[in-house]
Amino acid sequence: MKIKSLWKPALALLIAIALWELATKLFQIEVWLLPAPSTIAQEMVIVFPAFLPHMLATIKLVLVGFSSAIVLGIIVATLLHIFPTAREIVMPFLIISQNIPTIVLAPLFMIWFGLGDFPKYLIIAMTAFFPITIATLDGFGQTNRDLMHYMQMMGATKKQTFFKLQLPDAVPSIFSGIKIAATYSVMTAVVAEWLGAQKGIGVFMTLSASSYRTSRVFVAIVVTIILSLAFFGLFLALEKWFTRWKRNEGAQ
Amino acid sequence: MTLQIQQLHHSFGEKKILSDVSFTVENGEFVSILGPSGSGKSTLFHLIGGILKPEQGNILLNNRDITNQSGHMSYMPQSPSLFPWRTVLQNAMLGSELAGIADEAKAIDLLQKANLGEMIQAYPSQLSGGMKQRVAFVRALLSPQPLICLDEPFSALDSFTKKEMQQWLLKTWEAYDKSILFITHDIEEALFLSDHVIILSTNPATVKASIKVPFKRPRDEQLFLSEEFLHWKRKVVEALKE
Repeated sequence: MKIKSLWKPALALLIAIALWELATKLFQIEVWLLPAPSTIAQEMVIVFPAFLPHMLATIKLVLVGFSSAIVLGIIVATLLHIFPTAREIVMPFLIISQNIPTIVLAPLFMIWFGLGDFPKYLIIAMTAFFPITIATLDGFGQTNRDLMHYMQMMGATKKQTFFKLQLPDAVPSIFSGIKIAATYSVMTAVVAEWLGAQKGIGVFMTLSASSYRTSRVFVAIVVTIILSLAFFGLFLALEKWFTRWKRNEGAQ
Repeated sequence: MTLQIQQLHHSFGEKKILSDVSFTVENGEFVSILGPSGSGKSTLFHLIGGILKPEQGNILLNNRDITNQSGHMSYMPQSPSLFPWRTVLQNAMLGSELAGIADEAKAIDLLQKANLGEMIQAYPSQLSGGMKQRVAFVRALLSPQPLICLDEPFSALDSFTKKEMQQWLLKTWEAYDKSILFITHDIEEALFLSDHVIILSTNPATVKASIKVPFKRPRDEQLFLSEEFLHWKRKVVEALKE
């Protein structure tokens, strides 16, 4: 993704915001129903000091939950790759685990693990590790044949073949899994917070919604979007760095 | 180091690939295996490399049976097979790294001699085809095994680069005490490089002839144009036709 190509969607967004602003003025829409973008912006400035601790709580939740998801995803993929029988047995259950809605899972985890942060980390990790595992397994399955052949002919051990070839060769795949998971991990954290937390964007959102402070709900939505984008951008940058050897590919 | 190939037989299903192939590579010798494409040359390498088990026959290294054991030879495949995420230097050291004896100073020295001194921190994607093959050969040379097997390493290069690479290969190899087993389908290449040329027939592959090449070393490109070279080329062509 190039920065230059971003101006078109940015322009579209600006036009949409302008139309929204215009519509709220023109049709005199009530603030509790749909606040104007300018009202939301003002509200954001006012509420930000009170909002900040909520935001930091969510960021911490996402960072801890998501990094565990990455570690878990890669470890599970590695184990399933080394033991094909385990792969056959476990795979259906992994898919089933992804079909349980977060909204059902969250209260169950609260019952089992209490109201602390742990059940929320678990929810984020559980939803995020799956795409990472699948993408990593895919990467392990598509190891470059020529390089594999070289390793075999040189008499490389299984351990050497894994760490020197299969794992680094799977890095681009691992990152495509991470990027998919990263896009909805902030949202998962917010949903998890709805169901029981002291602090967090999700808590702020439910409190604001129940008191009809719609502009604050929108503040929470905007921040959630910005955080998601920042999070995605972070992994995009990490991917670029980890696959810097790709830069000149096909340039000869 | 002596490599002895003794009466190798191998087939894939019903199709017989190798039939009674025997030859020897002595210490410090450059031996080429010459044969048309599809004559089972690569299968022979897979057997020597130990990743295939022959139906019959033995492979001995210094009189020790190494049949179906990998890791006894260093290898340079047809495609350069450099690891794209490793720098040139890291790639060159891979073979020795696998054996647990990576020596960075030696690798840098060899790369400099191969005119790759400025590229040691570059990635393979930044190299030309000839450069990639030079890195692949340096990698094979740095591996500790006394025998290097090269599988048609220059067949994808244009004829100018190919000639350059052949001379570079000879010059580099002559400074080392390593034996080379070289697969090719190019008669001139085999004669120019080798001490011995082993001619294989196809379907199934058997040793048709083993020709001792009398040219003195060091050799240079003038050799290609000499009467003597043509004479031996004719001999090889005749042997192939038989």
